[in-house]
Amino acid sequence: MSPETKPDFLISPEGLRVDGRRPDELRPIELKVGVLKQADGSASIRQGKTYIIVGVYGPRELHPRHLTLNDKAYLRVVYRMATFSVPDRKRPAPSRREKEISMVIANALSPSLFLEEFPRAVIDVFIQVIQADGGTRCASINAASLALADAGIPMRSLVPSVAVGKADGVLVVDLGDEEDKYGEGDVPMAILPPTEEITLLQQDGFFTRDELLEAMQMGISSCKYIHELQKEALKRAYVKKTPDGEESDDEDEEFDDDLETDLGETDMMEDE
Amino acid sequence: MAVYFQKREVVVPGQLLAEGRYRPSYGTYDEKGKIYSTLVGLAELRGNTVKVVALEGAYIPKEGDLVIGVITIVAGNNWKVNIGGPYGASLHANNALRRPYSDDISEYMDIGDVIAAEIIAFDRQSGPFLSMKGRGLRVLDKGMLFEVSPAKIPRIIGRRGSMINMITDHLKIQTVVGQNGRIWIKAPDTASLRLAIKAFKTIETQAHTSNLTERINTMLAGEVSELRPSTPPKKTSKKAEQEADEDESAETEQPSFTDDEAFEDADDIEDEFDDTIENEEVNEK
Repeated sequence: MSPETKPDFLISPEGLRVDGRRPDELRPIELKVGVLKQADGSASIRQGKTYIIVGVYGPRELHPRHLTLNDKAYLRVVYRMATFSVPDRKRPAPSRREKEISMVIANALSPSLFLEEFPRAVIDVFIQVIQADGGTRCASINAASLALADAGIPMRSLVPSVAVGKADGVLVVDLGDEEDKYGEGDVPMAILPPTEEITLLQQDGFFTRDELLEAMQMGISSCKYIHELQKEALKRAYVKKTPDGEESDDEDEEFDDDLETDLGETDMMEDE
Repeated sequence: MAVYFQKREVVVPGQLLAEGRYRPSYGTYDEKGKIYSTLVGLAELRGNTVKVVALEGAYIPKEGDLVIGVITIVAGNNWKVNIGGPYGASLHANNALRRPYSDDISEYMDIGDVIAAEIIAFDRQSGPFLSMKGRGLRVLDKGMLFEVSPAKIPRIIGRRGSMINMITDHLKIQTVVGQNGRIWIKAPDTASLRLAIKAFKTIETQAHTSNLTERINTMLAGEVSELRPSTPPKKTSKKAEQEADEDESAETEQPSFTDDEAFEDADDIEDEFDDTIENEEVNEK
């Protein structure tokens, strides 16, 4: 790849961004659930050129033992970038940045999870960045949350996440790599949609108080849009698993009662 | 007062399920009188209780569950048993053997042995603890272990054991189904073993679809008639020969055990199982 040069402008005279988006427009997002066979839960996300795969294992026995928490499960997040994920080879040793992002993602996800249901266990979240083009920590949170749901881990809600930044003095949503590098600032955030609680809020660069408040509002509304995409991706993955594809819905109607009693009775037996 | 889902709809975490005088149950949580789902699963309403049947998940022990475990460590008077999921179980010799027993309990069961046991205690602080005092709780000898997702086990057992009984009847195999997602299969020949595995795999992938028992029944009936075109009497004699070699012919004819309820119903064969472990001790001595 040729060395990158700073673009002449981040916001064109028409008010569009380098990749032609409007300031409040997200990059195209493609979410897939259940992409890995081995993992208990998995998901992938493509957000513009960013491509990330997440695998979740657990709850399972925690090693090393000294990390054990006696009242809840330990959420272990490992964020890693592939050596080929960026134009200059990323050195494979775990960097300070990767460790910090791992911690930040764990903090963003843990309020959504009922970790106290699995004392002494561990939930492993492995995030692998295949291709980085800005917004990897937010994309990671989006995919990790889906992978956790796919693994059957109880949670309050999916966690959508997006970064809002400032480029040429204009607040823009979902920064691309160039906007991130040459823009004036970056505010990644994640929320729990039902309550609008904020589980991640970082900032670099300079924002006035009003700009920050507006950026957060833009972030919240973008997060809600991403949340809809997440729910849709998750449902799609499970409806698709029926043997006859599209038929499944009609079929359900027909034999509804049969299956309802079937599952119900079995569960009652377990309870006894 | 409102319910916001269709019967057996696939719901996602955080989805609002009901509002008002409904009771949250498994797979749901309550916040300010509103009930939300915590899982991806099928939402159900029974009476005024809302619950979500999970489609995935690790095995979390529950008191009274029948599980299949593999012994990993023999430690003094305890066996440490891997039952899958995040929690390792332990089985005290007093809960497995009739006293007096030898100081070295590895004489009775050793590392690598596969057992069917019941969970007698489990809470946040301690456990799970197992017991093998009960009908059908024994060392599982020969046969093979097959693993499925624990969330699919209710479907594999079926309503009052309908699914598993149908499969064992068709294939003339012995099975023990543990709530921890492990299935022990002992088949007279490789072909029926393969068919059993195929049936269980089909159930696992199609667990949340309707009319599954019927479809599996048709599939097995077809495959079995292809596999064994001979008349039924011939079948039994062939099998009897094989069983005679193993000197265990009595076992094959017994109904398989699927869950605790099945044990209670099966009073007539109770005696044969009760002393399994003790009998083995005598033999070894």
